[in-house]
Amino acid sequence: MVARSATSSPELVRRRLQAGRFDVAGLVFRVLLLAALGITLVLLVTLLADVLSGGWAVLAGRLGDFLTGRLGITPTRVGIGQGLRGTFFIGVFVVLIAFPLGVGAAIYLEEYAPRSRFTRFIDVNIRNLAGVPSVVYGLLGFAIFVKGLQFLTGPDANGATVVSAGLTLAVLVLPIVIITSAEALRAVPENLREAGFGVGATRWEVVRHHVLPYATPGILTGTVLSLARALGEAAPLILVGAVSGFLTEGDSYRLTELRERFTAMPMIIYTWAGRPQAGFRSATAAAIVVLLVVVLLANTVAILLRNKYEKRR
Amino acid sequence: MSPDAKLRSVPATSPAGPRLDLRPSLTGENEEPEGDVPVFDVKDLSVYYGSFRAVRNVDMTVCARQITAFIGPSGCGKTTMLRCFNRMNDLVEVARVEGRILYHGVDLYHPDVNPVEVRRRIGMVFQKPNPFPKSIWDNVAFGPKIAGMKGSLDEIVERSLRRAALWDEVKDRLRDSAMGLSGGQQQRLCIARALAVNPEVILMDEPCSALDPIATGRIEDLMEEIKSEYTIIIVTHNMQQAARVSDMCAFFTAEVNEQSDTRTGILVEFDKTEKMFANPSDERTENYVTGRFG
Repeated sequence: MVARSATSSPELVRRRLQAGRFDVAGLVFRVLLLAALGITLVLLVTLLADVLSGGWAVLAGRLGDFLTGRLGITPTRVGIGQGLRGTFFIGVFVVLIAFPLGVGAAIYLEEYAPRSRFTRFIDVNIRNLAGVPSVVYGLLGFAIFVKGLQFLTGPDANGATVVSAGLTLAVLVLPIVIITSAEALRAVPENLREAGFGVGATRWEVVRHHVLPYATPGILTGTVLSLARALGEAAPLILVGAVSGFLTEGDSYRLTELRERFTAMPMIIYTWAGRPQAGFRSATAAAIVVLLVVVLLANTVAILLRNKYEKRR
Repeated sequence: MSPDAKLRSVPATSPAGPRLDLRPSLTGENEEPEGDVPVFDVKDLSVYYGSFRAVRNVDMTVCARQITAFIGPSGCGKTTMLRCFNRMNDLVEVARVEGRILYHGVDLYHPDVNPVEVRRRIGMVFQKPNPFPKSIWDNVAFGPKIAGMKGSLDEIVERSLRRAALWDEVKDRLRDSAMGLSGGQQQRLCIARALAVNPEVILMDEPCSALDPIATGRIEDLMEEIKSEYTIIIVTHNMQQAARVSDMCAFFTAEVNEQSDTRTGILVEFDKTEKMFANPSDERTENYVTGRFG
């Protein structure tokens, strides 16, 4: 009883409450986390500052010419118009081929396929495919689209066309699209499906009216991130045969030219970075900045779309 | 007539399997004294999840326009049992049903029976309110819309919301998201959604367990009111609730298997609610309803 009355004296309670062990481990952990974030930010900012300052002369001096110009050997006159065109069409192929195929496969796997050992096997394999190096996809693209399906992808250019590149990169991101879409579908609460089935909806009606609308923001985020990945890949382009030196075609955006020789942004950056002339250094940096802006634009579209669909929830 | 003969007598003309339009109220035949029209005949029903037996050997008859309550301790298979009545367990891939549930004489688990048609006639209200993340109007109208029901959807929505005693609270904001409603309102919306497709039976899986006493009271009043038109089966943990609202009461308990350390639900006693609470014939029921067990 004595001890009890002592603890309840206001003075003692105050002292007890205000005391407290200094949390060393907690502080160390917090500092480490902050450092991790700081180092990452410093690296990114340095990279960005480096390319911006490197490419500033080109970007500020002749942006219009640079964006529309052609490949060449004179650093002060080269441009990336042909590369932007190639990258644009690669994006179109990814959106038109990888997105519907990937989202469709994910919906089947998550909503329709029975949970058997076989589907789990497929699931694991798709995950592994997402980790396969892009060079391997380049080889695959070379064998299938450049050589095997040359009559479709462009016999005049020996198959080394933007069609082959677009198809190759679509295949490259397909597993990523499937995985991210499947995750988004898995995040749909089960009771939402039950609610739909409970009022007598068929599986199709439940998927169409409830599951897909709920999963759309997640699917969009994942797919557009995979688009950014496709636009930045260089290795498959090299294997598929993107042009690095001089390209006469590709001034306009006529669809017939899809089956002729091509180049794309990552290829341009890769080849220019290896050139000895000093002028190419700033041209390379400027090209990198332009590619970053393109990817950023794609991500912005994704965020805007996601916000639009999330509001509807 | 044996159940099998009844099953065969169902004309299997539509590709969707036997039609289940056997509601006595529609056919006008089978008019029997109030409370004696059997809707479900459960015969020796066992439910398995994989090799695990969740419920075994249940026999019961559920009658029209009555409220039948399932009570019992947690893990005794009440919800599993309930979800058999509209084939909701089909959605659980490892679930398997043995025995039969006859709905107006038709075996619900007959291979020709279309579970979607079953669920249109046997609606469900879930434990946690689960409105669609859409507008209040869309929530109620979805069922009738996909069922292709005739008549104005606005009228169906209003009628269903009125029957669920929610109309006055939401009539000015039908286009607002259902997620903005309180828990009790959401649950009444889910009831309205179930009523909208005009089912014969409504299954309720602990519909009030996430609600406060006032919201619970409103839902109980609502059940009392719609009882004249619907057959209701309710799972509840709340014995007072079972005593208050139900006409018939089924007490389930779990049988522990010492060897595999698994629990299998069994139906201990099924009788009129007054009898179950005042004068149960089984000792286990008595222990449970008097609070000595569970």
